[in-house]
Amino acid sequence: MSLPALAGITAGLFALAIALIFFYAPTDADQGLSQRIFYFHVPIALTSYACFGWGAWKALLHLWKRREGSDLESYVAIHQGVIFGSLTLLTGSIWARISWGVWWVWSDDQLVLFLILFLFYCAYFMLRYSVEPGLQRENMCAVYALFGVVLIPISFLAIRISRSIIHPEVFTSRGPQMTHSQFLTFCVAWAAMLFLFATLYGIELAGKRLDVKLRELRELLAV
Amino acid sequence: MTPSEKYTAAAYLVVFVGVLAYVLIIASKLQRLQRQVAEMVEHLREREPEPADG
Repeated sequence: MSLPALAGITAGLFALAIALIFFYAPTDADQGLSQRIFYFHVPIALTSYACFGWGAWKALLHLWKRREGSDLESYVAIHQGVIFGSLTLLTGSIWARISWGVWWVWSDDQLVLFLILFLFYCAYFMLRYSVEPGLQRENMCAVYALFGVVLIPISFLAIRISRSIIHPEVFTSRGPQMTHSQFLTFCVAWAAMLFLFATLYGIELAGKRLDVKLRELRELLAV
Repeated sequence: MTPSEKYTAAAYLVVFVGVLAYVLIIASKLQRLQRQVAEMVEHLREREPEPADG
């Protein structure tokens, strides 16, 4: 799919999501208006998992098939994951402040595990930029990206394995614990976030590929 | 505005400002690349040999 088409679908989905969030989804009887943060916070968090997962998949392709460009694709996906991760932490903190009265709770496993996952992938960039470009750096980064993916299911399942009751469990084995209108709104918001990721990923990747080609061209001209 | 409205607005604003900042950073990087391409084209034009007379 072309980038303008992706951007158009993203804009349309965002408009629809905003309309559903504020004019269709019912107001929560317990939390009131602030519960609507859920429709952006959870899809952003799930999208950041998808970004890290995509980055790990590309890293695996690099190590397994030695496909050209997989390293760059893995890097861009992880970069997107860190951006979505920081938005998850920011929106989560704001929601925690209004719901729990604090910005952060260290005793909540879900929060701490997400922070660990986020910091793990932040350190990916320290590794990447501390090694000279080349096959060795690509291999090291790919292995690192693959290690990080192990944290994703742990972070996702933390609510279920945790004894803490502060973080609500919305998706259980009995299905989503919300009304049909809430679930529809959530799905549209999540689709909007996934399309936003696809669009930003495409734009950043195009820029990075152009940068690489320009560098190669400059080296050829310098000869 | 109630505190609930303020915090909800802040959460949504954070997302939009974050995405906007990212788009601006990418746009400035693309502008830099565009400038570099223009410089290289200029450089190549200067390197082109003069056409022989006659």
